[in-house]
Amino acid sequence: MTLSADRLSYSYSRVRLKPDTTSQRVRLKPDTPTEFTLRDVSVRIAPGSLTGLLGPNGCGKTTLLKLLAGVLKPELGSVRLGDREIRTLSPRALAQQIAVVPQETHPAFDFTVMEMVLMGRHPHLGAFQLEGPADIAIAREAMTATGITHLAGRAYMTLSGGEKQRVVIASALAQQPKVLLLDEPTASLDLGYQLEIASLLKQLNRERGVTMVLATHDLNLAASVCDTLVLVREGRVLMQGAAREVLTSSTVEQLYGVIADVSFHERAGHLTVVPVRRQ
Amino acid sequence: MSEAVALAHEARIRPIRIRLAITLAGFGALTVATCLLAPLVGSTHISLARAFDRSIPFADNVDAQIFWVARLPRVLSGALVGAALATAGVVFQALLRNPLATPFTLGVSAGASLGAMLVIILGISFSAGPFSAVPLASFAGAAVATGIVYWLATPYRRAMSTTVLLLAGVTLNSFFSALILFVQYVADFSQAYRAARWLMGDLDVGSFEPIVAAVPAIVLAFAVFALLPAALNVLSLGADAAATRGVDVVRSQRLAFFSASLATSAAVSLAGPIGFVGIVVPHLVRLMVGVDHRIVLPASALFGAAFLVACDLAARTLLAPVEIPVGVVTALIGGPFFLWLLVRRS
Repeated sequence: MTLSADRLSYSYSRVRLKPDTTSQRVRLKPDTPTEFTLRDVSVRIAPGSLTGLLGPNGCGKTTLLKLLAGVLKPELGSVRLGDREIRTLSPRALAQQIAVVPQETHPAFDFTVMEMVLMGRHPHLGAFQLEGPADIAIAREAMTATGITHLAGRAYMTLSGGEKQRVVIASALAQQPKVLLLDEPTASLDLGYQLEIASLLKQLNRERGVTMVLATHDLNLAASVCDTLVLVREGRVLMQGAAREVLTSSTVEQLYGVIADVSFHERAGHLTVVPVRRQ
Repeated sequence: MSEAVALAHEARIRPIRIRLAITLAGFGALTVATCLLAPLVGSTHISLARAFDRSIPFADNVDAQIFWVARLPRVLSGALVGAALATAGVVFQALLRNPLATPFTLGVSAGASLGAMLVIILGISFSAGPFSAVPLASFAGAAVATGIVYWLATPYRRAMSTTVLLLAGVTLNSFFSALILFVQYVADFSQAYRAARWLMGDLDVGSFEPIVAAVPAIVLAFAVFALLPAALNVLSLGADAAATRGVDVVRSQRLAFFSASLATSAAVSLAGPIGFVGIVVPHLVRLMVGVDHRIVLPASALFGAAFLVACDLAARTLLAPVEIPVGVVTALIGGPFFLWLLVRRS
């Protein structure tokens, strides 16, 4: 199913916490939107594609991802999955279709890895239903795919950053989504784990046909795994298309104000970006 | 060593149905045993046979009077209050994503206490059926505190801010405490003494009527709790993470907040603010059965009941015939036991 955003606009300044000067109370005052985080954004995520969302800090990548996930509701425009507007779906129905891997996940309690992964089954279970053998099999399979079977009984909080991220990805896979949205999944990881997660994502995309959208600052990660790129600047889509066509010295300069060499790396087998200096 | 670790890991990934069955059986047996034994023990020895002997008129049957009037209501109120405070603690800790939260963190008990203080100091006394002035006033105070915190922390149709919830609760707590001190200051000596005793918490309810008055609220709160555990698991990852796993965050947060506040209000209006139960019991339970709320919540209800009944038994008997306030006992027993488990674990 195609995930598409049609002319989305979103502003965080809709409701603002404002001290009421006439009394000592603090109260919420509605505010007219003055600035939009996203304005008139349209993107189309083809089924089975691995799309990268690129753009500088504060450009609206994470906001776009949250709108695509249905966590935020757009002021204007709509997000559609297939021919259904996602705002008409219940949280449960939506979570059966779309899963999200955030940059970091900090549970408030000391869950085991198995428990974390099984939480992915939540949208598939009824109010009083406990997970059964089928759910456990799905969770085990997701753990095999991400290579964490041996960690099942470990406490999530004791794991390394790379292991944690694989647990969260396994939990998202256990949701059996059509679309997986990832927000900077490698941001806090070292080089080795970055490559590991990158190849894992590529493999899951290829072998399972999970449509993925990946928001990232890492241009080389995007170049190595993404087939499609969406470039976002100041809340608008600058360009979208096939990764090889969109990622050029000129677009990197437009996005980040950085002069960079973009060239095809024979041994890596993908485009690489080497920043040279600030514009 | 590694074998023991592997076994422990194996136990932690057992299917939920098995873990739930084992936990409920174990804690259930403990709670039933505690509640059956507690009424038999006390500063005066009683014979169960005589207590149930219908041939002796009740007015002449001292054993029956002690059993039915002094001890059984006390054990029942202990079980009810213990279960309510422990589960409310679990729900607040998950809602606030903070293991240090207690049922009293958000000012519910301070509101309840202020209500009770006012009625005691003003000397108001009435009763309607099972309802009487002090519990009603403390329940009303708790409702006011709950309403204020909710109003402060809830933007229109959006998820609650746990930070604002916590800050609003803590501030409200201090403010109500100041008002309580003021009310006590202007009160005369005997009223102030009665008020101070109420604040220590007391399970000696004297009859079944106060229990009957508190039961509907607690049952309603428990019915809502039953809907929550799976959502609480996911909510403890954060509001956005919960939303993307299919939790209706705004609805779940509201249900959690109001049901936990209701359970706390009912418990405090029945027995006063008995501290420590709402934080020690959930933590002890988690140390024993893991952190999955589908197990922790029912286990805390059972263990909370057993814990408070046992603490009250200690309060009645340790320095008999002198009774220690049960709130002091919960703190004296709960604190060190908790520390011991914590140290043993690390």
